[in-house]
Amino acid sequence: MLEVQDLRVTLQTARGPADALRGVSFSMARGDTLGLIGESGCGKSITALALMGLLPDGARASGSIRFDGQELLTLDEPALCGLRGNRIGMVFQEPMTALNPLHTIARQVAEPLRLHKGLSAGAARAEALRLLDRVQLPNAAQRLDAYPHQLSGGQRQRVVIASALACGPDLLVADEPTTALDVTIQREVLDLLEELVRDSGMALLLISHDLGVMAQTVERLLVMYGGTVVESGPTGAVFERLAHPYTRGLFAARPRLGLQRGTRLPTIPGLVPELADLPAGCPFAERCVLVIDACRNAAPPPARVGPGHEARCIRLGLDPAEAPASLPPGGNASGPAEPAPRRSLG
Amino acid sequence: MSVTAALLSVHDLVKTYRLPREHLFAAAPEVRALEGLSFSLQAGRSLGVVGESGSGKSTLARLVMALEQPTSGHIVFDGEDLHTLEAAALRRARAGLQMIFQDPYGSLDPRRTVGQTVAEPLALLRQASPAEQRERAAEVLDAVGLRAGDASKYPHEFSGGQRQRIAIARALITGPKLIVADEPVSALDVSVQAQVLNLMQDLQDRIGVTYLFISHDLAVVDLVCDEVIVLWQGRIVEQGHPDRLFSAPEHPYTRRLLAAVPAMKPRMR
Repeated sequence: MLEVQDLRVTLQTARGPADALRGVSFSMARGDTLGLIGESGCGKSITALALMGLLPDGARASGSIRFDGQELLTLDEPALCGLRGNRIGMVFQEPMTALNPLHTIARQVAEPLRLHKGLSAGAARAEALRLLDRVQLPNAAQRLDAYPHQLSGGQRQRVVIASALACGPDLLVADEPTTALDVTIQREVLDLLEELVRDSGMALLLISHDLGVMAQTVERLLVMYGGTVVESGPTGAVFERLAHPYTRGLFAARPRLGLQRGTRLPTIPGLVPELADLPAGCPFAERCVLVIDACRNAAPPPARVGPGHEARCIRLGLDPAEAPASLPPGGNASGPAEPAPRRSLG
Repeated sequence: MSVTAALLSVHDLVKTYRLPREHLFAAAPEVRALEGLSFSLQAGRSLGVVGESGSGKSTLARLVMALEQPTSGHIVFDGEDLHTLEAAALRRARAGLQMIFQDPYGSLDPRRTVGQTVAEPLALLRQASPAEQRERAAEVLDAVGLRAGDASKYPHEFSGGQRQRIAIARALITGPKLIVADEPVSALDVSVQAQVLNLMQDLQDRIGVTYLFISHDLAVVDLVCDEVIVLWQGRIVEQGHPDRLFSAPEHPYTRRLLAAVPAMKPRMR
């Protein structure tokens, strides 16, 4: 249904053009759940924006995004408007800014129905109520004429999801949908998304920086770094194998319940590079404990590590714990020295 | 734990906020943000405060920082009741109290150099000469792993993790005994979060600073705190050592919080 091939995006920044995406490819079928994980600036949100034709001004995209056989990159704005909110639904991080504070929630959930399906005001309102019930907004019937500020964060996110689902999209793109929410509410929203995928056969593209959220929600995972997919595979396999050194670093750096008080977390040396500073070879080379000269020369091709599981690394199978631990790779040119990274991985 | 030796002790703290009047003739409704909190914190240790939005975590932080007056109850910091101090005495007491905020983008003034921002708490105390202030700023920047030369740069030249280091440097410059950290790593990327958590722990080992560490992330609190209080609707529902609290939670709310933490194991389907 969705086929992304060698997607490249160049953004105009204050420091000149910067390659935000450097050849991202993936595909999704109906009912698939796919996760994009990575840290700020890795290109995960740009991927979502490109899918929906919402790239910032001055951005250039190449490659191909085919949705049900239709090429989205060359589609004109009216045609894209016909897709967005209709066949592709969107949920963003901040439910407060995604909703219009001056409109009632019934109106906002009904808007795509009026726009895309041509429903009458009454029919759209009835459908909005059904949708709000569907996303388990408590007392939905009494809340139809409430304004966003009268709802809690979790309730607002349910309204955003109801609105994204209004036209029964084939694909739901959710960019950090639970990051602004408390853990117990995050759990409810994730359960809801999972249920919707199961019941409606909609595909879910979930973007998050949270490994735990991914583990719960998606079947396949793309780990992104520096505009590249550095590892991709079934979520279970990625979690078990941690093939790419970046994936491994990301896992190790996350605090887990049950660590001894005072434990120092293994950190990834250096900083996430700015897009304009990305090296020609492997984007992770400057921070990787396993780096060799060949890493810096050319971008590593994807290497197969298991069924449907690939990693872009030429040093696969090496254990960072065996690397010379006291010698982190050449310092980061752009930023001041970070003291913590002196303790290397492992 | 003897209460007399505590650096910070909080007694029966209550804070209510008045909401806008709903009816012209009705009394304005009130919301009770804190309902009688008591706890104490020894010097050099870390107390974690966990709870969800609306539990009163940030209200507690503002009261401990003496930014607001409690409705009733009192806070004794370093032997003095913070909320009965005269303005001048409060300013002196504040040198011992600093705060780190969640958002390293919002908590630094974009138009001031890092040196000015870091030295500001010292400048406000009006005891150090400009030269001494610069010297101290260079010292604390060094302590958080930044260069003295960074003092002349502006916040936009730094990444999120580096900005949080700047905020920590600013908190350290008065040589505080207590640092109130309100979600200090929530806005940071995972790899950067680890660097900042390690730094905060290193600083505690080195200079013995005490943390009141507010976070919604149970794993973070488990890692850095000696003791944890769980806040729910303005009350402490459970309190204890993190090992005990997170492995054998007693209160249903603590259990619910723990159950909601996404497991790091992918679900098989």
